[in-house]
Amino acid sequence: MSILINKDTKVMTINLHGKTGRFHAQGAVEYGTQMVAGVNPGKGGTEVDGIPVFDTVQEAKDKTGATVAVVYVPPVGAADSIMEAVDADLDLVICITEGIPVLDMVKVRRYMEGKRTRLIGPNCPGVITPGECKIGIMPGYIHTPGRVGVVSRSGTLTYEAVYQLTVENIGQSTAVGIGGDPVNGTNFIDVLEMFQNDPDTDAIIMIGEIGGTAEEEAAEWIKANCTKPVVGFIAGATAPPGKRMGHAGAIISGGKGTAAEKIAAMQAAGIKVAPTPSDLGSTMVALLKEKGMYEQVLVKK
Amino acid sequence: MNIHEYQGKAVLKKYGVAVPNGRVAFTVDEAVAIAEELGGKGVVKAQIHAGGRGKAGGVKVAKTLDEVRTYAEQILGMTLVTHQTGPEGKVVKRLLVEELSDIKKEYYIGLVVDRATQRVVMMASEEGGTEIEEVAAHSPEKIFKEAIDPAVGLSAFQARKLAFAINIPKELVGQAVKFMQALYNAFVDNDCSIAEINPLVVTGDGKVVALDAKLNFDSNALFRHADILEMRDMDEEDPKEIEASKFDLTYIALDGTIGCMVNGAGLAMATMDTINHFGGTPANFLDVGGGATTEKVTAAFKIILADPNVKGILVNIFGGIMKCDTIAEGVIAAAKEVSLRHPLVVRLEGTNVEKGKQLLNESGLDIVAADSLADAAKKIVELVK
Repeated sequence: MSILINKDTKVMTINLHGKTGRFHAQGAVEYGTQMVAGVNPGKGGTEVDGIPVFDTVQEAKDKTGATVAVVYVPPVGAADSIMEAVDADLDLVICITEGIPVLDMVKVRRYMEGKRTRLIGPNCPGVITPGECKIGIMPGYIHTPGRVGVVSRSGTLTYEAVYQLTVENIGQSTAVGIGGDPVNGTNFIDVLEMFQNDPDTDAIIMIGEIGGTAEEEAAEWIKANCTKPVVGFIAGATAPPGKRMGHAGAIISGGKGTAAEKIAAMQAAGIKVAPTPSDLGSTMVALLKEKGMYEQVLVKK
Repeated sequence: MNIHEYQGKAVLKKYGVAVPNGRVAFTVDEAVAIAEELGGKGVVKAQIHAGGRGKAGGVKVAKTLDEVRTYAEQILGMTLVTHQTGPEGKVVKRLLVEELSDIKKEYYIGLVVDRATQRVVMMASEEGGTEIEEVAAHSPEKIFKEAIDPAVGLSAFQARKLAFAINIPKELVGQAVKFMQALYNAFVDNDCSIAEINPLVVTGDGKVVALDAKLNFDSNALFRHADILEMRDMDEEDPKEIEASKFDLTYIALDGTIGCMVNGAGLAMATMDTINHFGGTPANFLDVGGGATTEKVTAAFKIILADPNVKGILVNIFGGIMKCDTIAEGVIAAAKEVSLRHPLVVRLEGTNVEKGKQLLNESGLDIVAADSLADAAKKIVELVK
């Protein structure tokens, strides 16, 4: 089991004709993902590497049964594509696009109110359930099927966590990149709740970064609701205030959103915080041993 | 992206936000000429991209033309050090000369994109003129907020609520509502990320006026605002950061000795943190992004090495989309082109990692390979000692 996606998930790529969309759709197919459709307005009826392309999301859904869309549309049109997928009543939209104007995302969030579609991202690596379904830009081979959930605001730090778990012979149930933008579809708490309710997730790695208060709120939630062991890390302890560290969301402003505050909140909630990102795997091993859960998460060979 | 106060006021004026009459001056004579038009007096304000100018001596009230000349001479060319400029300060190259306002009372109005509500929020306070961070820290009950529905805009009732809450005189509430709505329209039309009017003032002749204006724009939206982009003042930015942006690299200068080149913003921050953890200091944040080419890597090396404080370089790449052999080729080409003399530690992981490592080993260059981020950080910290 897993959260969000599995081997039965049928996926469409919005902008399959684009260079990035095509490249990652191929990667998904090689991984075993059921990539059943593409969407490119005006190119309906064509095919890309054997995948049929439709003019609209609705048509792609109706003709193929796809319930999940991944968006590789450039920033200027990405918000519109998300809304099209929400309008078609899909289960899930994953937006990889980086650099969407934040006020476009404010409109998207308003548009999504009262609708049931979940959005992950934008500006994220995507979601992967190892061994079953890969949607996004992450390298598939570093993952191993297993029982630890990973949720992160940062793409490459997610890879770092997953890779260290794999090296420690600990598999992952699902890895979710929620993205580095300040206005997005899914927050830590949403994903933590899914992991908490997933009988096949035994422990969680949560990777945050400076800016905002999402990590503090997640820590509060974990303290009150989460019974599974959690390892954490916060990137940006050395970032100076007022400087935006690449991600639109990663900025310390008005003395708020510092790594020190977030780490303190995590520790107060019983989360084991890794001292450096290189210690994510070993911190998880130590925590699982402490809880007597180490044997059950090891990948059986 | 930031712009100057006088530019911000010009943008706001177009939307009907009341601002004092005035213009920008690049020379003392220009400043005097503007003051003459304004009746022989005015306020002389240093134009730099930082707050706290008044306290630092960058804002002076001149009652005569002679005073305008004296103050303009003083301020133009001076290095202003405020709490936002850093200890090195900023050289003043432009002045705003403005009519004097008869200030009855000062207020604060600000707009931000709020993560918690995922909406644009207007903030208002009766504690104008002071730093809003101070107010927020010591008396948060004095800051009033309204989250704005993007489908409706700032409703009059919301603006009224704020105006009453901060005790705008009753007879001026109508004017204040128009002011706030105009400010909101300017904010969304131009894709601002921050708009701050501090202070907003009520004048003796019953006007609601923006005495200062700080506008900050979403850099992701500049593609649809050519007019805003034209206002960019390169003098206010770090030349290395400008150079980096040409190659689509995100570079932020810091004051340490270890140059960093990383893919991904989170990993780049984490790399800086790890260097710090092992007793070193990062010289920069540099995210090469997802599609690095040899040219991009070479540009990144040159930018890192342009910083005279750099004593060594750490390259940390976790290749997903990016292939490790491509990065290795870029690093080798760049190191040769710039005839690198500093220690270089490279940590590669991800797609085509073995090929990448092999290329580095066979390059004949003095490159130290590392197995993990911790290993890489320890090695470079040791090498720059």
